[in-house]
Amino acid sequence: MTSLPQAVGRSPVRRLAGTLHRRPRLRLSLLLTAPLLWLAVLYLGSLAVLFVSAFWTTNSFTSEVVKVWSTDNFHQLLTTPVYRQVILRSVGVALAVTLLCAVIAFPVAFYTARIARPERRPLLVVAILTPLWASYLVKVYAWRLILSQGGLADWALKPLGLSGPGYGLVAAIIALTYLWLPYMILPIHTALEQLPANLLDASADLGARAGRTFRSVVLPMVLPSVAAGSVFTFSLSLGDYITVQIVGGKTQLIGNVVYSNIELNLPMAAALGTVPVVVIVVYLLAMRRTGALSSL
Amino acid sequence: MRLTPTLKAAAAVAVLLAATACGSSDTGSSASTGLNPPDLKAQSKLGKTEGQVNLIAWAGYVEDGSNDPKVDWVSDFEKQTGCQVNSKVAASSDEMVKLMKTGQYDAVSASGDASLRLIASGDAAPVNTALVPNYKNVFSGLKKGAWNSVDGQMYGIPHGRGANLLMYNTEKVSPAPTSWSAVFDDASAHKGHVTAYDSPIYIADAALYLKSARPELKIKDPYALDQKQFDAAVALLKKQSANVGEYWSDYLKEISAFKSGDSVVGTTWQVIANLTADEGAKVKAFVPEEGSTGWSDTWMISAKAKHPNCAYKWMDWIISPKVNAQVAEYFGEAPANSEACAYTSDKSFCDTFHATDESYWKNVAFWNTPIEQCLDGRTDVKCVPYAKWVQAWTEIKG
Repeated sequence: MTSLPQAVGRSPVRRLAGTLHRRPRLRLSLLLTAPLLWLAVLYLGSLAVLFVSAFWTTNSFTSEVVKVWSTDNFHQLLTTPVYRQVILRSVGVALAVTLLCAVIAFPVAFYTARIARPERRPLLVVAILTPLWASYLVKVYAWRLILSQGGLADWALKPLGLSGPGYGLVAAIIALTYLWLPYMILPIHTALEQLPANLLDASADLGARAGRTFRSVVLPMVLPSVAAGSVFTFSLSLGDYITVQIVGGKTQLIGNVVYSNIELNLPMAAALGTVPVVVIVVYLLAMRRTGALSSL
Repeated sequence: MRLTPTLKAAAAVAVLLAATACGSSDTGSSASTGLNPPDLKAQSKLGKTEGQVNLIAWAGYVEDGSNDPKVDWVSDFEKQTGCQVNSKVAASSDEMVKLMKTGQYDAVSASGDASLRLIASGDAAPVNTALVPNYKNVFSGLKKGAWNSVDGQMYGIPHGRGANLLMYNTEKVSPAPTSWSAVFDDASAHKGHVTAYDSPIYIADAALYLKSARPELKIKDPYALDQKQFDAAVALLKKQSANVGEYWSDYLKEISAFKSGDSVVGTTWQVIANLTADEGAKVKAFVPEEGSTGWSDTWMISAKAKHPNCAYKWMDWIISPKVNAQVAEYFGEAPANSEACAYTSDKSFCDTFHATDESYWKNVAFWNTPIEQCLDGRTDVKCVPYAKWVQAWTEIKG
């Protein structure tokens, strides 16, 4: 115990460091208190408040929240055709955006990760990321102009005898796909980059053609990353309501219905708000099976 | 048995759904208060000003030069009265109602779809118009309206008014429409290019059209609809929805849609019509033969106002001829003060906005708050309250 006298002579900071070093549990609890408080109080707490307030009602005239326990809101949510329709539509849009993102992102990521010259790859990744630097609203309004009557989309499709989709569900899916595409490209790019080249060579040596190699070697190894990307695209699309307002024409998604209820019928808005939470939890649990969450 | 997390979650969801589905279906029998406002007294005389006043207003109503240095009618007020103005811009009538309930604000520029709610809940106090010298010059059409008074007692000071017009693209819509049928029964002629105001209060527009198109429904007041009349209006709007390209609530969105031709016919406000025409679109806006709905804003004072004297000073200031002209021109609405027209920078402004044309306003049904007690005086039926309008509006959009 020769070190003890030395420790006594050290500054308080050093002593504290020593104490923390000897007591790993104290160290851990000090480190985790703040983030855990944040998680439990601010995040889970607000989710809990949201869920509880969904069981309250409002005074129909003054629209004040009446704290009377009732399952009316959930009953309405499940029995009113328009809510069911909106929920299904929202999930449909989120799935469509995710699928489109995956289909577009795969070839792009394959190019940036394996075909492009290695020294150009970082530049390409930066290029993929640049749209994220621009404001969300600017990008969506740009799509509003592109898809407007006689706009860029109409003009480009005219030689083919077609016209643009106009504002509506299709426009919303296109704009959302554009917005969230980088979140899908990046994980796939990373996965493809880490794909060992010798596996591809081995596959070729064993006589597999490109298609077979893709199906049996590339796809299984990249699939978890696609699933990871889909967590972003799916949840971001499910929660979006501004894009739909700008290019969606009269389309309503969950977010819009929550927004239109929030002032006058807060409990109903809360009940509607729990729907995406439930959908995303189910989606995350499903994705966990693919191992996607460990490759985020 | 060890449940996997997935199964546990699924079980939890299933239990929740079961509990909900079996839950009671009707507990929301919140009694309607009707229109029996709490007995509040209006202030009898003005005291010393309190040094500040907290206002809730529509964007563009309380301008102190911070948005545009040339647009400033607050600084002079502060100098003259010593009342520091703190303003909060509200985006919707519902938000205004909510903010007023906090009791932290002294006055609000409430539209008709908010004012009755504020009166009935006792959040707005009656106003002693004798303490507002400029009130005597307010247009008679704005005094003691159904949306700003109860039994002849004013609950606020009128600020200005506007009609919801029918706007159409003169190149793409011919012959020129004369009736609201252009957006209702004949809307299919412009399928996908019809637009409408995105708010539950728009149901009143359909009711106004049905009032003349289907007289057998006996609609007297588009804001007092019994269940049968309401259902007819909702059915009409659902039919219209198939032809609507998009609904607008943001006026910039409507301008861009009319400019590009995505919308060719639909409701609008005078100021939007002017801006759209200024940007080169070939549009025209007018009041169709059935008349139209409209809005009239009223400065109301909170029953819990901490700075009532400053609030009274503000109400007088905002309708003083010069300021009323300024704010009306900036916002694009007809001023409330009959003497304001002499002060507008554009001399034809009052004509464009029909400020002095009382016969024009006779055809305008100003926004009001639908309540269970029918506003048109019927006592044998219950009318559909606003909360149901909100629900129906979600269903109309689908």
